[in-house]
Amino acid sequence: MITLTIDGTKVTVAENTTILEAANSAGIRIPTLCYHKRLNPIGSCRICVVEVEGYANPMTACTTPVVDGINVVTNSERIQKIRKESLQLILVNHPLDCPVCDKGGECTVQNLVYEFGIETAPYQLQKVERRSVYATPLIRFWPDRCIMCLRCVAACRDIKALGAIDVSGSGYDSQVSPVNVDKCESCGECLRVCPTGALTENLSRYKGRPWMTKRVETTCTYCGCGCQMELNVLHERIIGITTRESKGTNRGSLCVKGRFGYEFINSEERLTKPLIKKDGQFHEATWDQALSLIAEKFSAIKASHGPDAIAGLASARCTNEDNYLMQKFMRAAIGTNNIDHCARL
Amino acid sequence: MTNPIADVLKSETILVTGSNTTDNHPIFANYIKEAVFRKGANLIVVDPRRIDLVDHAHIWLRQRPGTDIAWINGLIHIILKENLHAADYIRERTEGFAALEKAVEKYTPRHVSEITGIPVPDLRKAALMYGKARPASILYTMGITQHTNGTDTVMALANLAMVCGNIGVEGGGINPLRGQNNVQGACDMGALPNVLPAYQQVSNSELREKFSRAWGVTLSDKPGLTVVEITHAAEAGRVKGLYIVGENPLLSDPDLTHVKAAFEKLDFLVVQDIFMTETARAADVVLPSACFAEKDGTFTNSERLVQRVRKAIPAPGEARADWEIISALSTRLGYPMNYNNPREIMEEISSLAPSYAGITYARLEKEEIAWPCPTLNHPGTRMLHKDQFVRGKGLFQAIEYAAPAEIPDDEYPLILTTGRVLYHYHTGSMTRIGRGINERCPESLIEINPADAQNLGIDSGMMVDVSSRRGKVRVKAKVTDRLPTGTVFMNFHFREAAVNLLTNPALDPVSKIPELKACAVKVEAA
Ligand code: FES
Repeated sequence: MITLTIDGTKVTVAENTTILEAANSAGIRIPTLCYHKRLNPIGSCRICVVEVEGYANPMTACTTPVVDGINVVTNSERIQKIRKESLQLILVNHPLDCPVCDKGGECTVQNLVYEFGIETAPYQLQKVERRSVYATPLIRFWPDRCIMCLRCVAACRDIKALGAIDVSGSGYDSQVSPVNVDKCESCGECLRVCPTGALTENLSRYKGRPWMTKRVETTCTYCGCGCQMELNVLHERIIGITTRESKGTNRGSLCVKGRFGYEFINSEERLTKPLIKKDGQFHEATWDQALSLIAEKFSAIKASHGPDAIAGLASARCTNEDNYLMQKFMRAAIGTNNIDHCARL
Repeated sequence: MTNPIADVLKSETILVTGSNTTDNHPIFANYIKEAVFRKGANLIVVDPRRIDLVDHAHIWLRQRPGTDIAWINGLIHIILKENLHAADYIRERTEGFAALEKAVEKYTPRHVSEITGIPVPDLRKAALMYGKARPASILYTMGITQHTNGTDTVMALANLAMVCGNIGVEGGGINPLRGQNNVQGACDMGALPNVLPAYQQVSNSELREKFSRAWGVTLSDKPGLTVVEITHAAEAGRVKGLYIVGENPLLSDPDLTHVKAAFEKLDFLVVQDIFMTETARAADVVLPSACFAEKDGTFTNSERLVQRVRKAIPAPGEARADWEIISALSTRLGYPMNYNNPREIMEEISSLAPSYAGITYARLEKEEIAWPCPTLNHPGTRMLHKDQFVRGKGLFQAIEYAAPAEIPDDEYPLILTTGRVLYHYHTGSMTRIGRGINERCPESLIEINPADAQNLGIDSGMMVDVSSRRGKVRVKAKVTDRLPTGTVFMNFHFREAAVNLLTNPALDPVSKIPELKACAVKVEAA
């Protein structure tokens, strides 16, 4: 174990802990931008700088491991000034187009700019025009908004082990681009970790800013991993799916189906009325007509051939409550154990 | 699964077999990659296909399809010869070891190599890598179970895990990944012909009596029919009425021609679904139901975690939640069901299913609970068989290798294996609607090895006819060395190339799972 002092408080942590993690464990907040819990430390933004007594240069807390006995200051005037400058430098290549950005309202850059009271962007060096080269039908890239924090690159590499995107070019020309297009699975992990509006969802025709939508926590409907997600609802439509790091086995991640496979919900092809087939053609019916007909037919089959002449298939897609009632219906109302579902397929 | 998903981060070695994890369980695949890259775990992949996970594997064994029991017994053979087994664990926690020892005796590396096509040195490397690791985890899916000897193969994997003391420990276990969101829950709820909720046997009079009292009716003691048996019974005229909720057997079941003929013989077919599926089209009455975003309830995931589903929007038109429709229909048939909401149904489930007894909606708001959860203050059970096996002692079973039901011959020289792809889900009724997802994966392909393709005069992009003893489909070819020679792969998401016209309905005698992973076919340029 290692003991150090942060802002006058003694903190004891395990070896190989970073200064940032040590501070967090003691409830001391150091502002961050490129740091992300699920990723290896990147150290690109310098927002998390702190002073370590005896060292002339400030250090990035997210990448610096603790050393026994050091004395860390997280909030001196000098540090505040450096953080503000770093942020202003970031704004050189980040337009303040917050009013038209999908991310407005839950954007880390926006929040930091607000927190540090930055009202102007003094540095207006050479504004680089970046081409939009990296996008999928599901994900849109806004190169002008990219602050080169490289969280997206780290997510594709550290979480997905794909390496579909990376930095290309150098200096002011450098930008994130697809280096391995075939590897991209459109999982949206890059989009999820983007701290600003440089990567946004390109799917929903309806857009809603974060404060306009209702978010309903639920469980994904695809595979058996049981990922936790939030359905974003605007005017009784699902317009997107978001996740929280703290919820569920998926820890904020989703796959292409989970994150983007929600269009079927609003589909025009959904069944909306009971249908009864007559002479090979379906006709719309009321619930009353449909249920009466089924009750009549099943009763007749049961009366002449016994309950085992009827069978039911429940569904691995339906809820526990639906499945429970379905087997209860077959067993108690019909009187047969002919009930199964497609677990075997 | 015996262990939670996140447990693989504690494994020293992970053995993945019969699971194309990155495509079918991408989130679990994230954990495997994290274990390998950030925790330094060893990864063994055993799969006939060069799946994406092979890129990250330390050892890849490419067995012939359907020869799993041989390589598993082969690994046990080597582990015992090398003295890598967990002798104390075997003595204290298991029984039947002597029989196993005897059974695996003849599975020498040479013999196993002849059956499976896996080179002897690779078998040895894998055995040492699995055998030396403590703990080691085994993951598998339908690639193991969808064979006529699937149950045996699962038991063989359990033998392998127990020999090394890997069951009931963190980072170990044998872990089947569930393919659909609520397969686990549907089984737990007793949507099975032989068991009531929480796996209580219908043949047990005491348990049946408990349900009879709660439900106020006498219950049949005769176990019912499984999916594939229902089809056979319909064809034979013994099943006359069928009520299908949220399934699409006319695309998902093996030997479709046969299924279709059987359904045509039914007097009355009711299908309840969110879309007009192939099966719904064959129905006499179609009932529109709500999808997961339009109803409340719970799903139980692969780890046995019971998790909430919440209503976010109203169902379209007159569509209703499945539980509402079933209740209304039951009431019409003279057996009233009056539930105001799914919470009330969960209360009834908790009162009858011991493993769900402690699970309530109020608790699920605050906690993650995995069953078994027998009481209201029980925290739930993330790992099974922890201090002792559920049955007391872990039982070794002597398992013998047998060839697949249908082996290639001159007329049908290739083995067809089936599965899913990343971008689609089951019969495609949900994923094929999305324009986004479809841009990524718009059509079905048959994957074929370059050598086979050359022999047959086939190039990537060409249309080919694939036929088996049961049917024929036309599909576009993709030539790729992902497949070994002699084996072709198709997915079952596309109605235009319904692979189940070809597959073999031969069943595993215990689990009644059909052999979807191996049937003999021929491929010809169309
Ligand atoms: S958060 Fe530490 S350098 Fe960005």
